[in-house]
Amino acid sequence: MSSILLSNFTATSAIGCGLDETLTSLREQVCGLAACAFETVDISTFVGEVAGVDLVQLPDHLSDFNCRNNRLALLGLQQDGFANAVSEACKKYGAQRIGIFIGTSTAGILQTELAYRRRDADNCALPADFIYGTTHNTFSVADFVRNYFALTGPAVVVSSACSSSAKVFASARRMIAAGLIDAAVVGGVDSLCLTTLYGFNSLGLMSAQPCRPYDACRDGISIGEAAAFALLERAPARVADDAVLLLGIGESSDAYHMSSPHPDGRGARIAMEGALKTAHLSALDIDYINLHGTATKTNDAAEYNAVTALFGTQTPCSSTKGATGHTLGAAGSMEAIICALALQYGLLPGGLNTHQIDPILPLNYLLVNREQTVSHVLSNSFGFGGTNCSLLFGRGNTSSYEQCN
Amino acid sequence: MTTLTTYIDGIGLLGPGFDDWPSSISIFTGQHPYQPRLTRLSTPLSLPAAERRRSSDIVKLTLAAGLEAVSAAGLNVSQLPSVFSASGGDGVNCHEICQMLASDDRQISPTRFHNSVHNAAAGYWSIATGAMTPSSVLCAFDASFGAGLLEAMTQAIVDCGACILLACDTPYPEPLHSVRPIQDAFGVALVLAPDRTTKSFVKISVRLTDATAARLDNAALETIRTAIPAARSLPLLIEIANRRAGSVVLDYLDTARLTISITPC
Repeated sequence: MSSILLSNFTATSAIGCGLDETLTSLREQVCGLAACAFETVDISTFVGEVAGVDLVQLPDHLSDFNCRNNRLALLGLQQDGFANAVSEACKKYGAQRIGIFIGTSTAGILQTELAYRRRDADNCALPADFIYGTTHNTFSVADFVRNYFALTGPAVVVSSACSSSAKVFASARRMIAAGLIDAAVVGGVDSLCLTTLYGFNSLGLMSAQPCRPYDACRDGISIGEAAAFALLERAPARVADDAVLLLGIGESSDAYHMSSPHPDGRGARIAMEGALKTAHLSALDIDYINLHGTATKTNDAAEYNAVTALFGTQTPCSSTKGATGHTLGAAGSMEAIICALALQYGLLPGGLNTHQIDPILPLNYLLVNREQTVSHVLSNSFGFGGTNCSLLFGRGNTSSYEQCN
Repeated sequence: MTTLTTYIDGIGLLGPGFDDWPSSISIFTGQHPYQPRLTRLSTPLSLPAAERRRSSDIVKLTLAAGLEAVSAAGLNVSQLPSVFSASGGDGVNCHEICQMLASDDRQISPTRFHNSVHNAAAGYWSIATGAMTPSSVLCAFDASFGAGLLEAMTQAIVDCGACILLACDTPYPEPLHSVRPIQDAFGVALVLAPDRTTKSFVKISVRLTDATAARLDNAALETIRTAIPAARSLPLLIEIANRRAGSVVLDYLDTARLTISITPC
């Protein structure tokens, strides 16, 4: 496939607002998880909550969009000069030539959860100040981003559970390749809400401790929240040495079960194979895999089977969910940005909270950071409904890449 | 202005007064009058028993419309990439979850939770069809049909293969119905091919436009078009049914509509 340049990117999660804080936290192996004190939640678990989300003020003309998810989106958009980069792209290409592709699983459902507590005692009507379309509806976050930047081109939310904001890269890549747009704002925004906290709890998939991906004693996920964005453009003939390029994408479906992965990781393997194939690279070219690594028994075991079938057990890898929590619909973009930092700064982040790697999952799972030259990295995102996406990124000076025609 | 061009090899349709594509053609061409009635959803026999029990209206609607389109196109469904576009998920399930979360007992069931994801219908589709192919699951509120069409066309063109678009919407119960009044279930599926095949019956070319979306003369159909996001496709379906060459403007975002040039094969 023709390579795509990440001309600007940013990430906000429990380990920091913006790239500087995120990089510092990764370097210092800071865990962003804390005992859950979110809203009225009475589950014994740890969450990766972003500080200060509810202090964010939306611009007056966008007040209809006011909900936690869009406040988090705005907090993310205000970091790292991202908004300025989008404005420049808008001048360069035109407002209708920039697409918007945002991944989310629950958007602003929290707004509805809260509104249901305030239903009219007589007729059960929702309160008059509740606005469905710009808060609850799955599209609301892309609609917010589009209005914030006054962009007029194609806009969409991708909502395929925990693969959502990896798959935005695929949709944007295709639309750029088809020539309908010249640039794309992609990203993922998912925020804490009761549906996911009580939902994962009902499945018995929540750990009472900070999650321990690939640990022998792992016992479930920690839910996090994040807003991560990238500005995508066609890769020019020459790019900076530390430029980050999207070189390959693989997508698949498990066709197996709604909430359990295929035990052999069949779909996950197809996704990783697809990413290697579209990038014209082999498993030996990959310096690091950012695993999906949710820390449930079955997910990590299935991913292990898929990874070893393709890579063997020697490729350095880790899950960064021990630091950020599982940011669900935002995870694909959040971890794509962590991969971008890995490429730019030669940093392979060690996985946090994991003490003893499961002896039946003997990957080269990093527990401490490693500093080295990094040329190519793979990021895995898999989700409910058996949806899989793997993204392959390369560094400007070490990647041979295909230019768009 | 970039134009996307693909062929349509199969259509599936289910909605209020529409049972399938062949019988809908006679309504769209004026041979039979449109008779409003509730959408008829049937149990999806293609699902294993456990999934069949758990399948909601959005799953039934998606499977019915999708399988009709694939059958018409004569393709192996397990090899077909898919694009799902819905303005909302399973509305009944969403209401039940919100109601429980507002009560003293917040222990929602595992099935309720996994049916709450926007890609539930896509998950059931892949289980029913055995398709391990890529699947994009989209939402663009009232613009969901247009967003799905653009995604499916770019997928067919860029990845050089047929792909199926499934645009489906189902209603919410109260109290959400009052703030999101989708009156009934409506689903349309299109099998899109990048090159003409023996099954192709129309060529469509799509580009963004500032023009105003077409309205329908039939008041009942116009009400459906404006009330159900997937039914924003109706002007296109009517042109295709009448085998008219020409163009039609479909509703999309407030900042852009879609001009579709139609050439019968």
